[in-house]
Order: sequence, then structure tokens, then C-alpha cells
Amino acid sequence: MADGFNILWVQSGGCGGCTMSLLCAEAPDLAATLSSAGIRMLWHPTLSEETGAEALAVFDRILTGAVRLDALCVEGAMLRGPNNTGRFHILAGTGVPTIEWVRRLAACAEHVVAVGTCAAYGGVTAAGVNPTDACGLQYDGRHEGGALGAAFRSRSGLPVINVAGCPTHPNWITETLMLLAAGLLRAEDLDTYRRPRFYADHLVHHGCPRNEFYEYKASAVKLSDLGCMMEHLGCVGTQAHADCNTRLWNGEGSCTRGGYACINCTAPEFEEPGHAFLETPKLAGIPIGLPTDMPKAWFVALSSLAKAATPERLRRNAVSDHVVTPPAVRDPRGR
Amino acid sequence: MRADEPAADGPTRLVVGPFNRVEGDLEVRLDVAGGRVEGAFVSSPLFRGFERILEGRDPRDALVIAPRICGICSVSQSHAAALALAGVEGIVPTANGRTATNLLVATENVADHLTHFHVFFMPDFARALYADRPWFSTAEARFKAAQGTAVRAALQVRATLLHVIGLLGGRWPHSLAIQPGGVTRGADARDQMRLVATLGAVRQGLEERLFGAPLEAIAALSDPADLARLRQGTSDLALFLAIAEDLELAGLGRAYDRYLSYGAYPGADGPLYARGTFAGGVPGSLDTALIAEDHTNARMEGRGRAHHPFDGFTLPDAADEDGYSWCKAPRLGGAPYETGAVARQMVDGQPLVRALVAAGGGSVFVRVVARLVETARTLIAMEQWVRALEPGAPWCAQGTMPREGRAAGLTEAARGALGHWLRVVDGRIASYQIIAPTTWNFSPRDQAGVPGPLEAALVGAPVRQGETTPVSVQHIVRSFDPCMVCTVH
Repeated sequence: MADGFNILWVQSGGCGGCTMSLLCAEAPDLAATLSSAGIRMLWHPTLSEETGAEALAVFDRILTGAVRLDALCVEGAMLRGPNNTGRFHILAGTGVPTIEWVRRLAACAEHVVAVGTCAAYGGVTAAGVNPTDACGLQYDGRHEGGALGAAFRSRSGLPVINVAGCPTHPNWITETLMLLAAGLLRAEDLDTYRRPRFYADHLVHHGCPRNEFYEYKASAVKLSDLGCMMEHLGCVGTQAHADCNTRLWNGEGSCTRGGYACINCTAPEFEEPGHAFLETPKLAGIPIGLPTDMPKAWFVALSSLAKAATPERLRRNAVSDHVVTPPAVRDPRGR
Repeated sequence: MRADEPAADGPTRLVVGPFNRVEGDLEVRLDVAGGRVEGAFVSSPLFRGFERILEGRDPRDALVIAPRICGICSVSQSHAAALALAGVEGIVPTANGRTATNLLVATENVADHLTHFHVFFMPDFARALYADRPWFSTAEARFKAAQGTAVRAALQVRATLLHVIGLLGGRWPHSLAIQPGGVTRGADARDQMRLVATLGAVRQGLEERLFGAPLEAIAALSDPADLARLRQGTSDLALFLAIAEDLELAGLGRAYDRYLSYGAYPGADGPLYARGTFAGGVPGSLDTALIAEDHTNARMEGRGRAHHPFDGFTLPDAADEDGYSWCKAPRLGGAPYETGAVARQMVDGQPLVRALVAAGGGSVFVRVVARLVETARTLIAMEQWVRALEPGAPWCAQGTMPREGRAAGLTEAARGALGHWLRVVDGRIASYQIIAPTTWNFSPRDQAGVPGPLEAALVGAPVRQGETTPVSVQHIVRSFDPCMVCTVH
């Protein structure tokens, strides 16, 4: 694309965490990644020089068609309240609700990208009593609709692309934008909830360093234990769609590597699990949420077998905050 | 008074927004006369209602929900929530847990200071309107928004620094690693060495580019003359000092010179940075019972009296046209207070910051200097904390949430005093009130008509002919490192 791929980034009912995460992109850094893909920010709230009237002039040039908008990126939920006026978020300096600005800008965008779970589905901003009547761009929780309506298609013909995550991984955003800029993202590259499949076709469980504990159902019973957190501590990494444990965060991290549960933050309505986040709801001692694609009977049978076969090493380490029993060292020639 | 109404006569009214680079949304209404700001009204045009979202939940869920108030200081929010829960549970963190928590909070705060200086604040000096200044070409090359060499280098140092949270806390932002009793992940000997290497790389990056001097030399600055000597050289700090002198940033953006800090980074012998106040030229102790939020000019129900946070509530008044912000007005003993790095260093008695404020008052210049001095001091402390971690000793004490109780969690985010006030009734969150640093700094007028600190700091700011978004106003606003999403939560 000779004259580059133009992006406008707008923030509404969110925490700015997806932008802050984006700035963590490394090897290569954000500027190098974007420029090598020909991606240009027409305006970004954090990164751009233009403020006030200068920033609004950029919006105007897009709306009048003087500048082509290849992708509208929206971070944060759309606030419909109070009473459907959108006035819980006025775009500063304009007197106009941000939800209205987003509708106008989306109408002239080649692609529309929801950055983060708030923009995709409503997210934590829509939790509890949802005081601001928050929703996503094209979803309201699990349901299609949202601020732009179920029928919305951007100029490219694609629906809103949901780069869900709370926050998003920096590379989920950059890779989505690079695929769009290269013309390589099609409708079939999005999953059921319209998340890019390049990261949503993985489970957080994949590559989790606690997998050995999972295999033997050697479970952590309290936070800071090394064991599998599925049985007692609310971890849904076996059901959560994301590549957090193979892609890693901030050098070498992930939630389960940090010692706490995966709360499925890439999914709609993750904010209302129906129980305390770090507690596993059970029925007759069996976790209600079973691993994706696993029949309950198999899970029950395998769990009881696995528990019976748990090595002492795993049983002990699972409930400790450091390795108390190392793996035995065996001379392979002696076996 | 409406923003879009022309003033009948006298001063010209400017409505400035969107105010970018700060975190979140901000609109500032200015009355301008004789080339100066005569009055300022600071408005937060976004409301999300996190305090309401938290009501009725399992108290432990505050650790998931509250950090998501803010993507720039989520770890501080997490820390405040964990302290409030620990207070209700009546537990204290293990020694390892406290040290690791300090590392996590300090990492975020130092990362914020770096982001503020390079991404939020300095790019304004690369604006074309300064093209006639002798330092401009250097400023433009280094600090042009998103492109400057120093901006890009700083973002790389920041990404490296945040590996500390990646390793100890899983990820940033929105880690769940900080718990009432400590942290969820222990460090082993190998982790300790990774942390030493990471902090070593950050130290090197900052000493080479930002400071042009060892961290220890910056931390030990005590005299304005010592600071002035750092103008020699090619560091980013030297460039800032040259710009500050030329544009007289020490004379810009003075508020009340009244400061408060909750104290930062608890240790066995007290916090690294002391808790207290500094007002009327003298340090004092902090009585949090005297904190109350005034709703007079906030678009909130409950305007009759100010509310202590244990007694507070957040009911937006959607029909209200008189209030001009979603931000409440916190006051201590009825008076507005400024908070942030300058407040922490004033309360702690850092001699350079005390001397600068004594000489000319808190200003754009002092706020930036305080942040840089604090960056150096905090990094040195972090190196010591890494060595103090004890692999094998416990990382997380376990507590039980009672059915009833209340407690406050008070900590320091990069931009100042952050408090969560939690009440648990019948095993659920009955109320959760938050006062964020920018709520203090960017509060609207109170019942007595007293402006918030930024509103006061903007009075007198010069406005050039034809400016719609006065650059002096931008310098003042950004000198506070505001976080608007936190402000209104």
C-alpha cells in the first residue's frame, strides 16, 4: 500500500490499558513494527502531538473524506447511558457523545477494530449493575447488537474485528493491524465471537507450566501454591481462548505463570462468572466448568485415575510455594 | 454556567479538549483576559461507575475489578484493594510478600514516570511554535511525538523494566499477583538474577540517556546549584533544564503548595517515602478522618454535605446541568491538597525538592524534577529489594474474609495518593469508595467555591495571540501527570 494504512484510535469507556499494553511491544518495538508494515496513526490519544482543535481537525478530515480511514480502532466500551443519550462520555471539546462520534467514523472506515474486551463486548465496564449501560461495538455481552448493530459491516464487508483481552496482548493488536494492512484477514479468519483465530484458536492451557500438575490433578489449594489451579482456585485456562502461555507477556509472564487463575478475559461476559473469580464452583466435588471439548464422564474417569496415580513429588509440590521435592535424577543407562 | 455559552463581556472563554496524551479524557474551560488565564474549570467528561460495579460482589473480587479502573496504574489500584482486604481480614503480608509487592508497585511507578516524561510531557517542546528557540532542533529530534529518538529509546527501556512485573506478577497491566497476604508467585535464585539483570539494563539506559549521571548522583541532589550544573552535557535531563530555564517553567503552574502523601513502599522500619502532609511551609501528620468528598460541582447526588469515604456514595445525577465534572472534590480538613511525586518528596524531606518549593513554590518545573529524582531513588531501592528476596521463605499469608468489617487501603500511585475505602456487610461489598490522585489534583470547586489544585495552578497562565489550546496550559496540565480514567473511576 503505497500511501500507507491509516489508523484512527478512539478511547471511550475503558481504562486505557490496551494502549498501555500496546506500548510494551518489543523485538521489534512498536514504532518499528508499525512503520515496517506501512501503518500510520492519523491520531492516537497517547502517541500524537495534536491536541484540542488540532485533533478535532483530524476527525473532520476523515469525515469529509479528505483522508482515507483504513481502520478505526476503538478502545473501551460504548456508553449508551444515561437514558440512551450517551452523555456519560462526551468527547471533550465537542459536546457530542463519543458513541455518536464512533458511529459517524465507523461509517467511513474500511475496517473497524474493537481493541480489548470492553470495546468488543462491554467487558468490566458493563459489570454489575452496569451503571452506564455499557456495551461493545457490535456485541452486548454474548449477544450481537452493541453500539453499531448486528447488521453492521465496514466498507471492507467485514464485521467488527474483536481483538478481545483484558488487556490485549500488544502483538494481538499489531498482528491484526498488519494482517489488515496486508489484505490477509478474511471473515473466516475470525472465530465465533469474531476474535482473530491466530490467537483465539489456542487455549491458555497450552504451554501452561502447571500442565504436569493438571495431568495428575495435583491441585493448588491456596494462592501461591505451585499446583494446578483448576480444581479449587477458579482457573479456566482449559476453556479460555488465547495463546498467553505460548506467546507470553512482558518478557516471560502469563497469568498462570504469575500464580493466579486464568479468568478468561478474552471472552464475552467474563466479568460476571457467577461466582468469586478465584474460586471454582463445583457440583458433587466436580468443577462445573470442564475443559473444552471434554465429555464429563471422561473427565470424571480420568481425574479419579490420575489422582490415584499422582506421584508423591507432585502431591507435595502442588501445595507448596516452591519446589520441595525435585524430580528424581536417574541414570538412563541403568534402566 | 455552560461551557458553550459566550461570556457576556470581559474575558474570552476557551473550551479546550480533547486533551490528549494524558490517560483518559479531560476538558478545560478557560476564562482568558489580557493574555492570561483568569479562571479555569476542569472537567472530566467520562463516567463509568466502578464504585457501583463493585457493590454487592464478593469482596475478594475487588482484586479483579478495581485494577481495571486504570490501565496505567492498575498495580497501584491492585495494591490499594489488597490493603483494604487485608485490613478487613486482619492480616499482614509475609516479608517476601511485602518486598515483592513493593517491587511490583515501584516498577509500575517508575515506568509511569518514564512514560510521563518522554511520551506525555516533553513532546510539547517539539511543537512548531517553539521553532525559534535555540534548543528546538535537539528537542524535535529527541521528543517529536511518537518519533523522537529519546521517546523510542525510553519506550524500549520501559518495556524492559516491565519484565519485572512479567516475571513476578505474570503480566502488566491487570495482574492479580498482589494479594492481601503477599504475592501469588515466589521467586527462586534464578528469578533473582533475572531481576538483577533487568534492573541493571534499566539503570544503564537511564544513566546513559536520561540523566547523564549515576542514579546515586541524581538521588543525592540537594541544592539547586547542583541541579543547575547538570545542564552541562547532552542528557535528556540537561535538555529539559535548558528548556525550563528558557521558558521559565519554574514560574508556571503554581497551585497551593499544600501536599499530602499516604507514604509509599512499606518496610519493616516504616515506608521508603514518609506519610504525612506539608502545608504552610511545614510538615505535618496526616489524619485520614479529615478527608471528605464534596459533590457541589460534581454531577452527583448528595450535595448537602461533604462525605468521608466510609460514608460516601456515587450516584450520578444525569439531569444535572450545574455541576461541570464527574469528578468529586476531595478535601483534607476542608482544603484542597496536591499529591504526586512532588508531594511524596516534600513530605519525605528530599532536600532539593524542599529547596525548590521554598524558593519559588511548586511549579511545572518542580513537578518534573521531583519525578526524576524519585525515579532514581526508587530504582536504587528496587535493587536492594531484589537482593532482600528470600527464596524458600513464605510469599503469601492466608486470611479469611469475615462477614462484616471495614478498612481503608492507602498507597501511592505514580501520580499520588490513592485510597480505597471498603465496607463489607453480610459477606458482600456494601460500599467501595475510591479517591484517586487525580481526583485530588483535578477536583472541581467545592461548596466554598475554592478551586481544585489544577484550577488554581492554571490561573495566570499566559495565552498567546490566537491560541485555541494554549501551550502553557498544556505544560501545566501535563506537569501533574493526570490520569483521568482514575479520577472519575
